[in-house]
Amino acid sequence: MKTLCAILLLCGAVALLPAFVSSGFVLNLVIMTLYATLLGQAWNILAGFGGQYSFGHAAFFGTGAYASAALQVHLGVNAWLCLPFAIACGAAVGALVGALSFRYGLRGSYFALVTLAFAEVLRILANSVKFTGGGVGLLIPLKSSSLDFQFQGKAGFLYVILVLTLAGFLLSWWLERSRYGAWLTAVRDNEDSAAALGVNVFRVKLQAIVLSAALTAAGGAFYAQYFQYIDPHLAYGPAVSVEALLGPIVGGLGTVFGPLLGAAALRLLGELTRNLMGDAPGVSLMIYGAVLIAMVTFLPRGIAGLFRHFGRRAA
Amino acid sequence: MLELSILFPSILNGLTLGAVYALIALGLTLIYGVLHIINFAHGALLMIALYGVFFLNAKLGVDPYAALPVMVPAMFALGYALQRFVIGRASHGKDENILLVTLGLTLILENFALFAWRSDTRTIETSYTFSTVAIAGAMISTPKVVAFFGALAATAILLAFITRTDLGRAIRAVARERQGAKLVGIDVEHVFAMSFGIGLACLGAAACFLLPAYYVNPQVGNGFVLIAFTIVVLGGMGSFAGALLGGFIIGVVESVGGLWLGESLGQIGIFVIFIAVLLFRPQGIFGARA
Amino acid sequence: MGIHRRRNFLKQSAGLSAAAATGTLGFPGLAGAQAAPIKVGVLHPVTGFLAYSGQLCRFGAQLAVDEINAAGGIKSMRGAKLEAVLGDAQSKPEVGVSEVEKMNEAGVSAIVGSYASAICLATTQAAAKYDIPHVVDVGVADQVVERGLKNTFRFGPGYKVITEAAINDLHIINTLARKPARTVMIVHEESLFGTGTANLLASQLPGMGYQVLEVVKHANPTRDFNNIVLRMKALNPDIVIPANYYNEYVLLVRTMKQQNVRPMAIYSVLGGAASSFKFVKEFPDVADGVIDCNHWYNPKDKRAIALRRKVEKLNQVYTYEVYLNYQSVYLLADAIERAASAKREAIVEALASSTWSGHFMPYGPTRFVNGQNQGAQPLVLQVLKGDIRVVLPNTYAEAQPVFPWKA
Repeated sequence: MKTLCAILLLCGAVALLPAFVSSGFVLNLVIMTLYATLLGQAWNILAGFGGQYSFGHAAFFGTGAYASAALQVHLGVNAWLCLPFAIACGAAVGALVGALSFRYGLRGSYFALVTLAFAEVLRILANSVKFTGGGVGLLIPLKSSSLDFQFQGKAGFLYVILVLTLAGFLLSWWLERSRYGAWLTAVRDNEDSAAALGVNVFRVKLQAIVLSAALTAAGGAFYAQYFQYIDPHLAYGPAVSVEALLGPIVGGLGTVFGPLLGAAALRLLGELTRNLMGDAPGVSLMIYGAVLIAMVTFLPRGIAGLFRHFGRRAA
Repeated sequence: MLELSILFPSILNGLTLGAVYALIALGLTLIYGVLHIINFAHGALLMIALYGVFFLNAKLGVDPYAALPVMVPAMFALGYALQRFVIGRASHGKDENILLVTLGLTLILENFALFAWRSDTRTIETSYTFSTVAIAGAMISTPKVVAFFGALAATAILLAFITRTDLGRAIRAVARERQGAKLVGIDVEHVFAMSFGIGLACLGAAACFLLPAYYVNPQVGNGFVLIAFTIVVLGGMGSFAGALLGGFIIGVVESVGGLWLGESLGQIGIFVIFIAVLLFRPQGIFGARA
Repeated sequence: MGIHRRRNFLKQSAGLSAAAATGTLGFPGLAGAQAAPIKVGVLHPVTGFLAYSGQLCRFGAQLAVDEINAAGGIKSMRGAKLEAVLGDAQSKPEVGVSEVEKMNEAGVSAIVGSYASAICLATTQAAAKYDIPHVVDVGVADQVVERGLKNTFRFGPGYKVITEAAINDLHIINTLARKPARTVMIVHEESLFGTGTANLLASQLPGMGYQVLEVVKHANPTRDFNNIVLRMKALNPDIVIPANYYNEYVLLVRTMKQQNVRPMAIYSVLGGAASSFKFVKEFPDVADGVIDCNHWYNPKDKRAIALRRKVEKLNQVYTYEVYLNYQSVYLLADAIERAASAKREAIVEALASSTWSGHFMPYGPTRFVNGQNQGAQPLVLQVLKGDIRVVLPNTYAEAQPVFPWKA
């Protein structure tokens, strides 16, 4: 219950933000943090709760982005309608990758590597196929109406990403206390024991990857709308896959707030390092990398791990 | 486009290219086989090694092949230190943390190179940069041919080492059964560090063979990471012979695939193989079933 | 290398720690008479895979800012100095957008940047939301100026203009030599600029009487060009047309030399290294004879030569990244001068009506239609005797093109 209240309070507070803050910079910061949180939440479902680490979440992200962008560019479909379609496409790719990988019993690093390979295959295909614009990418035509999922100000985008992240939170919260979630974490903790206890391991994992992929694809569609341009590198490149996993690991795997904590901490770190050492190229990123390593060294259970000490009594 | 006059040089070219890949993969497969680390920093470390070879040549006039006796031990020392004092300490043994540490390391190394040595692409000029060796009508670049034999030699050395020496045996023990190795008194931390060191030493050698035909800049490692992983998986994680053979196979696939499907789409052959191996024979060609 | 401006920005949110707002320039002791500095965002990918070009861009822009200030700043605004607000796009569009947001908060009057087309698409859009005038330094994709954004101004040409000029000039060169060349092979990098250029080439060359034997796309980065060169050997095109970035270009021509592939010409369109002094210096044998249709300065303009000397004295390479940015800043300064205001709308208007001829590019006075400078054009260059010379169009030519090339 406490978690649910916290989620709703947090989202409520963010929803009120545009009323008090007019700084485009701050709003952009919040939007990008929520966007990173969304990607992290999606990854967390499969990895944190399900124990299956994916290095290729870009495969789902890019599919969502391209599905939405291509429909708009080639068929002129309304951007809002593209969103559910993008989610469905992402889920389908998730199902395919999951079905193949889990059917053949891939676990651990093997699973991670195969997802990486799938993302790369999609990237290469996107580079060669007319439908995705090939190397040129897709530029979503500028419209200035909220009916077209493009907003003049930032508030509109903030609300959309907030709704998506809220969905992610609720999903994570549900995983923490539902039977399905229990099966999933059982599979994570010990797949063979779970199977012995009667859990349909294949089905559970497949459902997790589909959920994860769907949510990631939503993030991809959002990205396409916010930046209005995607190309194979932006959509399917390793940068996205890395972004999806950094937040949850730093923030705390398998927790509801881990992805948010991690995303916020990393973004803050990025801004700080860039501002303190902005002008000499490379220095800020070196510091970022060093802090990342330090975070891992001193917070091996992530930031949420810190809170678990204090939260335990109240729960 | 697949007449023999094109196909044959392409295959030869693929073999020599694959040899370079194999040199890079040799280190990675050892690191994975023993430490079970997917070393994302491998590309950045290759870049550091390449800069090492470059500066030895630019400032001291050392020929890249003559730099082998310097680069190999230097990279070994770097690897040992990295594992012992950074990666081992930071990750507390957890897989996801190791991942982050290697990612952080990549950021640090790439941006350090950017800061210290600027973003310019550097190349070296040697007397043999443009020379070719004629093999049955095909003209294969000399540095590549040397790399081919270098890879064979390196693999042979590593195989001999891992089977005949005490350390090699210790490494194999730790790779197979970490707890058991500890129980019989093997200093596992030391073995980890030695393995990482040897893995990087291979990179040092790879850099010596690669630079004459290529170039170096802070981002250069990125182009090799995925290919190295593919080869490690194909050959079998932890198998040197596998890395060599895998390197050749991937090199030829890339080459011939490029001929057939075009350079851009041809890359797909590599990853399709990657996926197929993972699905149908995850232990790779020479790996042992887990 | 000139005075470094520390980045100056404002943070409004309570939760974030504020970094100190730093230095104004000029003499702090002199009160009153000094007008407030005019902030100009200088946004480029100075880290990440575009770092090399991005850093040259920033260098060029900074050079111009320093010069303008040293010459007395914006005269119509009581000598107000320009203050560069530096931004790093980290070779990613989303970071570019974030930097634009920061620059907006910092109160920039205009932005110059962001080199790569993909990043420019994002930053111009972000700037448009705040009506910040955005001078695009390079960003050759045509979409950059085809979106109807009122704030976007591109000083140099887009790849449609560049490709058309390239094809026309190729035809001229070929005709001058009595048309020995009939067949062409295009080798391009796989992303926006390479693919766009190659598509245009492939569609227009046949109309001029050239047979396109093959269009080869390659990845970024490409580790090995032997296959592509093998195909070249087999197809034996008269002319090879590369359109790619520096590293791949160098590898390609090196491999061609190694394999003894000698077409009548290597005729690049936006060739990554072809008109780079660095390339010519490091690989004189390979570079000799290479032709490129690319951004270039007017070789007959003394200012261009003077700047080249100044840049080389500072141990930098004189590339288009440097002088396009240098002149973009001057273009902006001219607009601010005429607008006599640091207000964004005023500067946008001034740019839109700009007829600036204080530059040394072969463009004529500026004239922006839908954000594109109409006179902008590339020049055709050839590496001859260890130097890069303009060979076409005749108005700017320093030498006659040597074609076919006999190695």
